Amino acid sequence: MLGGALAGIRVVEIASDHAASAGKLLAELGAEVVLVEPPGGHPGRRYPPFAEDVPGDDRSLWWWHYQCGKRSIVLDLEDAGGRDGFRELVRHSDLVLEGEPPGRLGGLGIDADRCRAADGRLVWVSVTGYGRETARRDEQFTDLTLQAGGGQMWMTGYDDHRLPPVRWGGDQGFHIGGVWAVIGALVALHGRVRDGAGTLVDVSMHAAANVTTEQGNHHWLVARQEVGRLTCRHAAPVGRPTQETMAVSADGIWVNTGVPGRLPRDYAQLLGWLAELGLADGFAESVWLDIGARREATDYGAVGLDPEVTECLSAARSAMTLIATTLSAREFFEGAQRRGIACGPLYSPDEAMDSVHSRARGFPVRLYYEEVDREVEHPGAPFVLHGAPWSAPRRAPKLGEYQHLAPSARLDPAPPRIGLAHRTSEHVRHEEQKCP
Amino acid sequence: MDDTSTEPRCPRLRGLRVCDLSGQLAGAGSTRVLAAFGAEVIRVEDPVRQGRWDVTRGIAPFTDERRGIELGGAFNQFNVGKRGVTVNLRDERGKELLRRLIAVSDVVTENFAAGVMERLGFTYDTMREIRPDIVYVSNCGFGHDSPYSGFRTWGPIVQAVSGLSFLSGIAGMPPAGMGLSYMDHQGANFMTVALMAALIHRQRTGEGQWVDMACVDAGLSLTGPGLLDYTVNGRRARTDTVVDSNHSSAPAMAPHNVYPAAGEDAWVSIACRDDRDWRAMADVLDAQWPREDCYATTAGRLGAQDELDGRISAWTATLDRFDAAARLQAAGVPAAAVLTAEDRIEHDRGTLDWGLFPTVTHPAIGSVRVDGLPLHLDEDDWCIERAAPTLGQDNDYVFRDLLGLTEDELAAHREDGVI
Repeated sequence: MLGGALAGIRVVEIASDHAASAGKLLAELGAEVVLVEPPGGHPGRRYPPFAEDVPGDDRSLWWWHYQCGKRSIVLDLEDAGGRDGFRELVRHSDLVLEGEPPGRLGGLGIDADRCRAADGRLVWVSVTGYGRETARRDEQFTDLTLQAGGGQMWMTGYDDHRLPPVRWGGDQGFHIGGVWAVIGALVALHGRVRDGAGTLVDVSMHAAANVTTEQGNHHWLVARQEVGRLTCRHAAPVGRPTQETMAVSADGIWVNTGVPGRLPRDYAQLLGWLAELGLADGFAESVWLDIGARREATDYGAVGLDPEVTECLSAARSAMTLIATTLSAREFFEGAQRRGIACGPLYSPDEAMDSVHSRARGFPVRLYYEEVDREVEHPGAPFVLHGAPWSAPRRAPKLGEYQHLAPSARLDPAPPRIGLAHRTSEHVRHEEQKCP
Repeated sequence: MDDTSTEPRCPRLRGLRVCDLSGQLAGAGSTRVLAAFGAEVIRVEDPVRQGRWDVTRGIAPFTDERRGIELGGAFNQFNVGKRGVTVNLRDERGKELLRRLIAVSDVVTENFAAGVMERLGFTYDTMREIRPDIVYVSNCGFGHDSPYSGFRTWGPIVQAVSGLSFLSGIAGMPPAGMGLSYMDHQGANFMTVALMAALIHRQRTGEGQWVDMACVDAGLSLTGPGLLDYTVNGRRARTDTVVDSNHSSAPAMAPHNVYPAAGEDAWVSIACRDDRDWRAMADVLDAQWPREDCYATTAGRLGAQDELDGRISAWTATLDRFDAAARLQAAGVPAAAVLTAEDRIEHDRGTLDWGLFPTVTHPAIGSVRVDGLPLHLDEDDWCIERAAPTLGQDNDYVFRDLLGLTEDELAAHREDGVI
């Protein structure tokens, strides 16, 4: 029988903005995620935009996106009865996911220590701005301030530094912390299935942002160099040009012309393509492409040091820009890629979801919403687990929809289990290495 | 006992063995997490090209004037804690070595362009014959069943075609996208999620599987609720909306921007989540204008956002960025200075108290700090103390001790360029 990888595992998630994406991913991996909302519902129910632009507790598209796949119940954690309900729910669950400020749950008597004392197998994932124990733990944060403190902002923007650094759209500061919360949850669940032991996972969104800088960190750690503020490209130390990777296609779409090829065949392809388009004669730097096609691979590390390498790579960049401005974005993208050259148009998310790639791969999933009386497409699986399929998620829960849920009831069928854990080579080795 | 023979300290994933053909950040960044939790990650590199399929081998940053494939700071960063072997997969004897390694591994990882493994003769089906419960993770830009499967991607390309780059910028300006390879990080992170999920599935059922990871799909899954504004309301981002990512319309927050502080290229970010935050900020500003009725509600502040930003900028421009942030934080308002790498790594309590940058000692590079992990476990926490492997560093251990080759066979393989 095929089931999601986490089928039969129950997660209790205390609703929050910043950990919502983590709960969504756990639900999509097959876990039964019960979302705990305060009376009146979590404020996210009222974030715009709304379905058909009509506000309502069950019409927020933020809510539809981040809470799909979950069930929700209202529990007032400020009230003794609500806390009893929470404890009962946790007692029948495998994992708690929460993004509460450090100390809040302790003050209510329902923190990780107390719940884990009652159930040693419980996995508890705490997702906070700055970790549970650092000096900054009580600071307020949003996605914006996380990206300011994580290096993303310092490294992103325009050549004109009178303009401020730029936040990445789509709440990426939250997404970075969210995916690390899922990594922590899975590492802990792996231990739970193997040994029956619970774990407390402490995720710092600030730390997560701070290890998402590509070359930003190691240029400082290794060579005490700062990486500059760049547009749409790989991180690099200050002093390098930045917006040069961008060009506007003939149909008005920005394209990223990519990193110039370094192999002789990349240069030969460019020469051939220019000729095919009738652009070769007017392209002054053809001579450097010719040299690039005949010398050994150019080494990116030699840019600025070896004049020939610098000229070759610069000519390749110019050729790509010229071709990009001559063709439609899609012609440029597919033409370059069929010649083995990595580049891509800056599609909007809706254009990306409608692309031939997304459609052919069956990426979108369809969920029925009675509010609009039709099926609505959601973005689907980030990867295909061929042996444990992505759960067809349920729609985002309506307010109070699962209020009748009995804590001990498991709504999803449990997967076939073979003892506590199947004995794999991994387990055998784990035990052998424990007792040398 | 020398450093390379030391067992990983963290017992969390002890016993898990990974045959790791992946590289660059998008692949290596995933398996480094498994190594930090104690898995035995055996990185397989090409002796003919001295591992330079991975562009991070031997490129900047460097600690000093020395150059070479063992001296690149990026490769060390992304491969801490792994073992390293060399196998020439052009040679049938190399393929046989890989088959034997797969036979004693739990996981095979790679992030070649789609089709490369197949051409080498290694598909999920052939690997499953060698090891029935193998977990095989392939990671490439477009996955293995797309019309674009053969296309090549780097992080910035993935960001472009998945819609992420489009979403970042200042109104009226071209897209700013991301100034670094975000989707190489997130590609690696999602690969770790997929891999751990597949391992849990194997624990519970005894079955392995193939995970087909597509970084573009991971990118598209991160673009957020705006996508539903299209699928539900028919609103197209390019024609019907304005990208203005330092502001926030969903959730609606104002003020919400990056403001100039005193000094050159110094900035502070401020976000008022609601009217309470705004009233607290008004107290910090200590002036009459913030108390004007037109600013009392989020809707009012959003409507007058440019004017509001101008007035706040006039205040922040007189203050040190840390001072401005501290005053607002003291009143409970989210605010943070825009930090440089030096700020983040050397002076920030949020990273220092966390222990975010552990030190490893590399035989060629020397003692150097690297990224740690942004999560801590109360027991059996991650441990990063071994540097990245030098090319073929563990050939003896893996081929002789693990796979049982004799010294003569090893010598012949070396002689013939098989390893």
